[in-house]
Amino acid sequence: MPTKLSTGRRGVERLPAAMGADRRPARRGPSLWLAAPALALFGVFAIVPLLGVLALSFTDWDGLGSPAWAGLSNWARILADPLTHEAFVLTVKVTVFSWLTQAPLSLLLGVFMAGRQRYRAVLSVLFFLPLLFSAAAVGIAFKSLLDPNFGIGAAFGVGWLSQDWLGNPRLALWVVLFVIAWCFVPFHSLLYQAGVRQIPASLYEAARLDRANGVQQFFLITLPQLKYTIITSSTLMVVGSLTYFDLIFVLTGGGPGNGTRILPLHMYLLGFRSYDMGGASVVGVFLVVVGLTVSLALNRLSGAHKMESQMEGL
Amino acid sequence: MKSLTNRALAVVSALALALSSAACSAGTGPDPTGTGPANATAENATAWALTGGSEEAFRASFDRWNSSHPDATIEAEWFANDAYKEKIRTSVGSGNAPTLIYSWAGGTLADYVKNGSVADISSAVAGLSSKVLPSVLANGQIDGKTYAIPNNQSQPAILFYNKKLLAQAGVSGVPTTYSELLDAVAKLKAAGITPISLAGQSKWPELMYIQYLTDRIGGPEVFQAILDGKKGAWSDPAITEALTKIQELVNAGAFGDAFGSVTADSGADTALVHTGKAAMVLQGAWVYPDFLNNAADFVAAGDLGFANFPAVGSGKGDPANIVGNPANFWSVSAAASAGAQKTATDYLDAEIYSPQMIADLLAVGAVPPVIGLEDEIAKADNPEFLGFVYSMVKDAPHFQLSWDQALPARQGQALLDNLAAIFLGQQTPEQFVTAMNATLV
Repeated sequence: MPTKLSTGRRGVERLPAAMGADRRPARRGPSLWLAAPALALFGVFAIVPLLGVLALSFTDWDGLGSPAWAGLSNWARILADPLTHEAFVLTVKVTVFSWLTQAPLSLLLGVFMAGRQRYRAVLSVLFFLPLLFSAAAVGIAFKSLLDPNFGIGAAFGVGWLSQDWLGNPRLALWVVLFVIAWCFVPFHSLLYQAGVRQIPASLYEAARLDRANGVQQFFLITLPQLKYTIITSSTLMVVGSLTYFDLIFVLTGGGPGNGTRILPLHMYLLGFRSYDMGGASVVGVFLVVVGLTVSLALNRLSGAHKMESQMEGL
Repeated sequence: MKSLTNRALAVVSALALALSSAACSAGTGPDPTGTGPANATAENATAWALTGGSEEAFRASFDRWNSSHPDATIEAEWFANDAYKEKIRTSVGSGNAPTLIYSWAGGTLADYVKNGSVADISSAVAGLSSKVLPSVLANGQIDGKTYAIPNNQSQPAILFYNKKLLAQAGVSGVPTTYSELLDAVAKLKAAGITPISLAGQSKWPELMYIQYLTDRIGGPEVFQAILDGKKGAWSDPAITEALTKIQELVNAGAFGDAFGSVTADSGADTALVHTGKAAMVLQGAWVYPDFLNNAADFVAAGDLGFANFPAVGSGKGDPANIVGNPANFWSVSAAASAGAQKTATDYLDAEIYSPQMIADLLAVGAVPPVIGLEDEIAKADNPEFLGFVYSMVKDAPHFQLSWDQALPARQGQALLDNLAAIFLGQQTPEQFVTAMNATLV
């Protein structure tokens, strides 16, 4: 096939593209029109609303009547608001601690679930259960269980379980983090399980011949081979924790005081409780910018955008 | 993934609001042809109302209306309290309001009127207006015109108490002064009973304390100055004293050590009282049906007591003043067609506070703010409670609408947040005053 030869090494790397070029040399890959429906949906439901929110952030609007131009006053007011600063600090805390708890837990669970141990399948199903429940249901269930007067502590007469879990400013954030982890660890474990299953068995066979023990195998084979799974899962965790809303809304509504009022909740409460749509839009735009920056930065720093193979030489 | 979708949803809905409001501000002015609703042919109309409380009385009245007016029916939809408050404003703002708009009057109604969203129904409901207690009716009037008409029961905040628990702790009768209240708190705490149940997670029940204490200490003028937007109005010494007393109660253990996770929507605060865990609860009269439904034996045994909020020794305010919601209100959407508006006002005139509806309300423990109800109350079930509420409302020199409803939304929300910080001890009264004064600018 002469075309293949002429495109040289690049042609070999991009085999599907090169095959398309067989018929129409000017264009690689399937028609761009195939992407049109997806792009149209993305435009209508993501780009256009985003621009709308950007425009709203420069207006004063209480939900009634027409928005009135306000220039930069919303930005100055919201960015100087101590409540916004508090919400930002809380969001960073939630992001960092979510990652610190969820990443190791789901990695270990994922590795376990990918193995061939006894009862693995049964346990995996149990671990997987939280993923099936909606956030609202989980929130309501935990709220009832953690109720100091009528919850699990009172039901079984276990004194120390009857704490003011969601009402004590010193406890509430940690309890919320626990429930978030309970909800999201199964999903990330699933990612890791799939990742581990992709690692060629020959690597482990070779390691065993070299007398590497389980711990060594984990740190020298499993972990490096999971590099991109870790990046994917971490990006989802970090960007996800910038948008946690439903669970916290149901569990605490941002309370006690403003103890769990993270930025997405701050945005909602500003918009739909204070009817300060301009201020809420400022927070919205800020969240989009931070979310995009963080996920791009994660991608760049980790080198994931190059998508190099982890299996060279196999 | 799920949370990404949520962000997208939030963004989309905000935009949808923006677009729809822009679209409607051009199209749906009030009745362009100039024929008032009075001359129009009645058409079908819609109504949105709240679940719970007086829901059954409303359902019955809509059923009666619809079966006798098949050409001009009213289709009702039912919402939970918080969800409704968030939905209705955006619906009104985007021109998608139901014909009959349920509200608490106050700051929201003022916004609707300013924006031309609700119709002037002064003449259409003149007959109905003459039945209603003037102090309650006044909440629906702005500049002498009626934009909203009371539609259900008066809801003053009442101190409910468990008689058995008070006796058990050696408290002789319900506290009638603030010092008696402190004394009762100490005795109840010593007896291992939570003195007062407070739904701290819902935040708004905390308002009742600052509302009553401010009124008892400084009279209704203090809040009126805030409502009028006078600069520095929150600096009134009565506010600071009320906040200090609130923190005094918290520190004395009046609300126990777990009020932060009690919610009012689930009825957890009243449940603490009828299950014998807490002795008192300060709540709106609307929780009485909850007591009837969830603890019929407790009420039947006569263990449930009710009283007005205690007086404060040196205070200027009349101890007969009350706070809460004078009633809920119906407004008629100005964006509705003339025919639908006619249906709505005809319905209001025929059904609201009709003898049948009054009987239905009294039957669920709700007292409508209607003149001359004494005989009906004497004939109803639970006449003791109904009579107590009726005379409380009728004889009150001042009935203050809940502050979060009276104030513009932005100030009301700031008030709830700062007040929660006071109850949690995260803020001093001085910090509260500074933060709230900043919202008046």
